[in-house]
Amino acid sequence: MLRSGIAALALLQADGAEAAKRPSPLPRQTQAPAATPRAVDLLTLAYLGQPAEVAVVPPYFDPVVTDRGIQGARLGLADDNTTGRFTRQEFAIAETLLAPGDDAEAAFKRLVAEGRRFILADLKPELLQRLSALPQARDVLLLDVSSRDDALRGETCAPNVLHLLPSRAMRADALSQYLAKKKWTRWFLALGPAPEDRLFAEALKRSAKRFGMKIVAEKTWQHSFDDRRTPESEVPVFTQGGDYDVVLVADEAGLFGDILSYRTWLPRPVAGTQGLAASSWHHTLESWGAIQLQNRFREQAGRRMTEVDYGAWLAVRAIGEAATRTRSLEFDAIRAYMLGDNFALAGFKGVPLSFRRWDGQLRQPVLLAQERSLVAVAPVEGFAHPKNELDSLGYDEPETLCRTKK
Amino acid sequence: MNRKPCAVPRNNRRLIGAVLALACGAAGADTVYVTLEKDDAIAVVDGATGTHTRSAKIGKRPRGIVLAKDGKSLYVAASDSNTIQVIEADTLKVAGTLPSGEDPETFAMDPDGKFLYVSNEDDNRVTVIDIAYAKAVKEIPVGVEPEGIAVSPDGQWVVSTSETTNMAHWIDRAKLEVVDNTLVDPRPRAAAFTADGRQLWVSSEIAGTVTVIDTETRQPLKTIPFKIAGVTQEKVQPVGIRIDPERRYAYVALGPANRVAVIDAQKLEVKDYLLVGQRVWNLEFSPDFKRLYTTNGLSNDLSIVDLGSHKVTKSVAVGTHPWGVAVRP
Repeated sequence: MLRSGIAALALLQADGAEAAKRPSPLPRQTQAPAATPRAVDLLTLAYLGQPAEVAVVPPYFDPVVTDRGIQGARLGLADDNTTGRFTRQEFAIAETLLAPGDDAEAAFKRLVAEGRRFILADLKPELLQRLSALPQARDVLLLDVSSRDDALRGETCAPNVLHLLPSRAMRADALSQYLAKKKWTRWFLALGPAPEDRLFAEALKRSAKRFGMKIVAEKTWQHSFDDRRTPESEVPVFTQGGDYDVVLVADEAGLFGDILSYRTWLPRPVAGTQGLAASSWHHTLESWGAIQLQNRFREQAGRRMTEVDYGAWLAVRAIGEAATRTRSLEFDAIRAYMLGDNFALAGFKGVPLSFRRWDGQLRQPVLLAQERSLVAVAPVEGFAHPKNELDSLGYDEPETLCRTKK
Repeated sequence: MNRKPCAVPRNNRRLIGAVLALACGAAGADTVYVTLEKDDAIAVVDGATGTHTRSAKIGKRPRGIVLAKDGKSLYVAASDSNTIQVIEADTLKVAGTLPSGEDPETFAMDPDGKFLYVSNEDDNRVTVIDIAYAKAVKEIPVGVEPEGIAVSPDGQWVVSTSETTNMAHWIDRAKLEVVDNTLVDPRPRAAAFTADGRQLWVSSEIAGTVTVIDTETRQPLKTIPFKIAGVTQEKVQPVGIRIDPERRYAYVALGPANRVAVIDAQKLEVKDYLLVGQRVWNLEFSPDFKRLYTTNGLSNDLSIVDLGSHKVTKSVAVGTHPWGVAVRP
């Protein structure tokens, strides 16, 4: 398992030009160790990864992660196989890690042709949408382990896609609930120039309306290479615009959000994508046994578990859990159980996780954390819901824009 | 056993001393030992009077605790010291260590008091320790994140529950290998046999249920849910289980629901919920089964429940993050 991991790593590090010339790599299969002499059934999942290229170079003190997602899938696979020793079920995963420029559609078609039907996807939203609409994808379940895109779960939703990480709307609602509790209801909205930032700003606006927040000012951060623009001179000017309780920042790439704190015109806290940030998984989470997952992951991967790793771990565990409960490795049985009322996945966040039937989103708590401290976990106490408090985050059934039920 | 009689407030001693001493004797005096996860210490409480008498520093992050058969020592899992410490019950001095494997949390002792069975969460194993030789004699592979562990009263079975695999693994104690598995609800925490050994009870933290399993068939008999008015379902996280010897009542600690469920152990139905301290995890009976002690991790106290009336009679501040509890007659 390890060796193929290293091969995968090398692939991702290959530079773009070289990658473009190379034919897309053949999927490799990570075999589970045969732990039992009895006859076992085997289910091979697939992992298709082609993460978006980083738009902003991370600072030197952050580790460079070249194997995001797949490490989480491998840990989930190890967990599934430990359980499988007792249920005579064995799991393997065919890893296809593509460089930017590789033909993901061809790789996807090849996986389907080889009989893979559970396919974990770490892909850009538009690519995921395109693949899910292919005729080859009709009898496949795509498990989206990285996107937070609301449209993928709404207007452009597909019946054969499940989403493991919280949507932008869920993240925004998590922030709103906490800020409402703090009575920090007047927001200064600062957004970056990227299309994704615009999408998160939209999610924040929707959430502000839902929870009675007031956006007193909205400004877009303009990026330039002008040396005279220093954080000290720019941020105080940028953050002028009426009185507000908190700066809400929408900067998913990490372009400017980190320079806002302690430089704002008014002495106000920062929340959103930086400062108090909303996430599915965070290194500060220790409760509910999470420390065990953090430790196991670190031991395997030699680094912290990222959100995408957590998404991939959840996807593999969801399949494993359904296989255990149904005592079956049949695609239809597992899929039906995963989407059924009895499905309850333990995700180290204190409550059972399950999929929303109306849009394929995994309902889950959202963590609100700063770098070295977990501040709150949403749903925040007091935000009730008639069916499941987790559905107070994001698009609830009556609001969904998804027209194809899962 | 040089046990002190019930403590009596000094100014009242002359007046009611004799009466109380009698009453205490009748009610069954006992000594309660509580591990304090965040204090690296053990607290001692006089059970009859409900007074905290002393505390002593021991290993790092002490959690599981079991009283030795002779009542002279306590075994305590010092999780961050990666060892099980042997502690003299009278002096609270650390007398030795047992090789537990990494990060020991919970463990159980066989009926003869010769072996300990330890859950090693990080490497999916149960370690068997020969107490007299202070030696690990076997490591048994089980499911992901083994947690709860129990030995059947007749010594035939050791059961280990795995939190991520969601099973109770039945280890044949003669062979020391897993021979059967029972699938239970998500995140099984604690396991307890009835005194007659015919049932195994397993609590599932995430599902908020207790599964009662028939030992003979290893099949579930019933899953008991919990519903408390005014408490959201997510807060109901069952952990510790104690069942009285006649199997009249079972008691289940419900974690952040801050309650202990009283279950009719014949009908397998919840009778009542008793409000105790915050995040109650572990339970223990007094030797005469007249009282139940609960460790409340977030309110830093021990609740004492009178089992005749099913009323919480006292809460005793013991230290930071009380975790495990053991009682000496």
